[in-house]
Amino acid sequence: MELARLPLRRIGLRIAEGIDPGLLVVIVSLSMLGLAALFSASYENPARLVAQLANLGVALAAMWLVAQISPQTIMRFAVPAYVIGLALLIAVAPFGDLVNGARRWLHVGVARFQPSEMMKLALPMMLAWYFHKNESTLRLRNFAAAAVLLAVPTALILRQPDLGTAALVGAAGFFVIFFAGISWRVLGVLGGLGLAITPLAWGMLHDYRRRRVLMLLDPTQDPLGAGYHIIQSTIAVGSGGPWGKGWLNGTQAHLEFIPERHTDFIFAVYSEEFGLIGNVVLLVLYSFLIARGLMIAANAATVFARLMAGSIALMFFVYAFVNMGMVSGILPVVGVPLPFLSYGGTALLTLFIGAGILMSVQRHRKLVQT
Amino acid sequence: MHFTEIRNSERELQQFQLRIGVAAVAVLVAFSLLAVRFFYLQVVQHDVYRAKAEENRISIVPVSPNRGLILDRNGVVIARNYSGYTLEIFPRRVKDLQGTIEQLAELVDIQPRDRARFKKLLAETRNAESLPIRNRLSDEEAARFAVNRYQFEGVEIRGRLFRQYPFGDVGSHVLGYMGRVDIADQARMEEEGIYANYRGTDYIGKAGVEASYQKELHGTTGFEQVEIDAAGRGIRTLSRTPSQPGNNVTLTLDMRLQQVAEVAFGQRRGALVAIEPSTGAVLALVSKPGFDPNLFVDGIDPQYWAELNGSEDRPLNNRAIAGVYPPGSTFKPYMAMAALELGKRKVTSTIYDPGYFDFGGRRFRDSKVGGHGSVDLYKSIVVSSDTYYYQLANDLGIDAIAGFMRHFGFGARTGIDLQGEAAGVLPSQEWKMKRFRQPEQQKWYAGETISIGIGQGYNAYTPIQLAQAMATLAGGGAVYRPRLVAHVDNPRSGERHHVEPEQMHQAPLRRDHVEFIKRAMAGVIREGTGQRAFAGATYAVGGKTGTAQVIAMKQNEKYDEKKVEERFRDHSLFIAFAPVDSPRIAIAVVVENGGFGARTAAPITRTVLDYFMLGKLPQALQLPTPEDEAAELQESD
Repeated sequence: MELARLPLRRIGLRIAEGIDPGLLVVIVSLSMLGLAALFSASYENPARLVAQLANLGVALAAMWLVAQISPQTIMRFAVPAYVIGLALLIAVAPFGDLVNGARRWLHVGVARFQPSEMMKLALPMMLAWYFHKNESTLRLRNFAAAAVLLAVPTALILRQPDLGTAALVGAAGFFVIFFAGISWRVLGVLGGLGLAITPLAWGMLHDYRRRRVLMLLDPTQDPLGAGYHIIQSTIAVGSGGPWGKGWLNGTQAHLEFIPERHTDFIFAVYSEEFGLIGNVVLLVLYSFLIARGLMIAANAATVFARLMAGSIALMFFVYAFVNMGMVSGILPVVGVPLPFLSYGGTALLTLFIGAGILMSVQRHRKLVQT
Repeated sequence: MHFTEIRNSERELQQFQLRIGVAAVAVLVAFSLLAVRFFYLQVVQHDVYRAKAEENRISIVPVSPNRGLILDRNGVVIARNYSGYTLEIFPRRVKDLQGTIEQLAELVDIQPRDRARFKKLLAETRNAESLPIRNRLSDEEAARFAVNRYQFEGVEIRGRLFRQYPFGDVGSHVLGYMGRVDIADQARMEEEGIYANYRGTDYIGKAGVEASYQKELHGTTGFEQVEIDAAGRGIRTLSRTPSQPGNNVTLTLDMRLQQVAEVAFGQRRGALVAIEPSTGAVLALVSKPGFDPNLFVDGIDPQYWAELNGSEDRPLNNRAIAGVYPPGSTFKPYMAMAALELGKRKVTSTIYDPGYFDFGGRRFRDSKVGGHGSVDLYKSIVVSSDTYYYQLANDLGIDAIAGFMRHFGFGARTGIDLQGEAAGVLPSQEWKMKRFRQPEQQKWYAGETISIGIGQGYNAYTPIQLAQAMATLAGGGAVYRPRLVAHVDNPRSGERHHVEPEQMHQAPLRRDHVEFIKRAMAGVIREGTGQRAFAGATYAVGGKTGTAQVIAMKQNEKYDEKKVEERFRDHSLFIAFAPVDSPRIAIAVVVENGGFGARTAAPITRTVLDYFMLGKLPQALQLPTPEDEAAELQESD
């Protein structure tokens, strides 16, 4: 009896090796909340639930796999991943499917594939590698070079045009540069410049983007289109009240007032049914996730590992903040999913791989605390 | 040095940890901001939003616009709308779909094809509010359902506009057809930022003018504020912003000419394109077999769809713009033009045609055994001497031929305002390099040039290209973009937007050369291969017959039509323009497996030109008027 159980235990331990229990618990909790909201949003139709469970299974497997690899090995993928990602982004410009006006997708055999999604991790990896290589000898020109590495893919994605993804990729890269120690003075100057060119950028925005920003100021202008999304999702959140209307009892979602209620607007469904208490739970869970990520970064053994971990932690933050901000009507509507809750396989995969990298960094942390 | 590096590292680490702290504070601030916002919405303003959600019994219901009409150049309506009742099921409000359908079948007639279509729609559409189980209810059926409505939760009658094509399958490949907005369309429209304008719209153009002018035809969606009950059912309308109808699209097409052409085609497969040389306006565009677009308007039933898709005749294929054919001898006038322009032949020079041309140990045969004897340029076109053009092609060389033919638009998309146009192949050394992988296949062999001269070999062009080339030659070198739409009208403001002729290119052709080729093509009709088909014609026509091989003959094998299976018989081609001085029409006809050009394609052209030039309707062909067809359609409902 004892002998028979022993190898099983050992296999179990082997599988659990490298998995950070804290992170795992938070991520699984978030995914569970997502499944609950998804079930409600799809009118208790189990088909979508099953599909999302399959996505989760794949993503968990990917996370486990990445967690088994050491940061040193992950670092080896940095340059090839970046170069391939960049090549694909360039390829997508003339050869991608023109989905009227935007070229984002590339056919790979039978599947279509979005190179910009790959950049969400490839860019911070590349930058972290670059700073790792130039450790201790960092000068301003290193930061300038890093800025170029960041600007090229971001500009390519912006040109597709895909403002949401460009912002996320740009932010992920910026966090690496920030953690690498760019001086506050330079940051201040850049921030000032950024403010100065805002009117210019406004002129370059696509019409429908501009409309979305304007709608934020006055959603009643366009009750059928973008403004409608904001009005209705705000009502959903507000009507949820302190305690929520209860699971499966949200009227806003069920009477079809919420657009994209499975993906980008799932937070409206969640918030309506679970109320302020539910929102606070979500904020706390995200705070744990981000705090754990930052802690892992602080204790990381190498420059690459700590920059990567810091960037990923803040990436989770940006996703969550932008999405919840947009649904509750304080940020413009851009296509950003709510991490671990929104329906969809690709985004989930990126997030779980990010978590896998965090676990890998944690496992190979400095053994001696300084 | 080493020491400073370590110190640097340590300083960096400290700085890093400081920044981690800064980031943590930023996260805290941002999340607090969110928490404040949530508190504001969910506690402070909760009553306001709760009331709004309660009131959100006010649903915004889109009002679909009336789709614009499509008219021909004479103002004859060829696509219009009619209103009809549909019986629609709201799948999410119905517990037992199957049972409900069975119950409904007792009240209204529900055929197996209706059930099949409903099942297909249910499987294919995402988040659909309601799906039709029956279209075009009779008044009696509508009344019977209305009486029993209380028994059916989640089933409603809706008044809807349907597309109707009074001419049936005539011009089907020009008009195209309508289809349900599918997931891909939806994603595309969201991307473009126009999806809001398509809320409430179930059908959009999927092919032909219905698709290429979708945005013009669609109009602007209006909306109604409707008070709804807890189940989401409308109680009363509070306010209304009317929709604005789509624009009417007037084609350059002459529907009467189109009908004549299609009747002349009969059951044969192939394509015909007629263009006005001075503008590029398309007068008729036929692709046979066609389909009846009326069968698509309320969701085609799967069986008919499978029949259309599975048929060997490929009726959904628009052969006029997407079918590619070797031009056969209709290529010769352009070859002759090349000979004159490039100075390889004089009008007066003669060759001897023994009935074959030997090159590199291979014998290229003339279609006439024994040959045409002494042949000059004029005669080479009139009698269609192959030997003459074997030699000419060899003298010119492949790249000179390709370079010259490009002026006529051969091997390039014409840019007609329809989707799905094919480019065809204008063979050249460069093309072969790109087309093939193996080095031995990439090389161009001089022997391959020979058959290019008679429009065989790698030559492959669409009928629209053949018509455009004919129009270019007839018009003296001006290449116009072929177009189907003459003008677009806003029915409310009366504003009219003309689609102007667009000249794409000017082929550098000498006037006397053009006149010579045109005279030779008139000779084809008067005394050559087109003589029989045009016997007794009272107007001046220029033309050229063509026969394109579908299968390659062995060197000494003789083509025997009877021995060859129908599908491998030669294609029959004819190109023509009329009148010879100042042409008003240029035409290209391809009849698949029609045998000699003179036998099937030329008589079709004759029938079309007789109508165009003289207004003469085809003998023994009673043309149904659109009213007759409309009446027929009503009966079959």
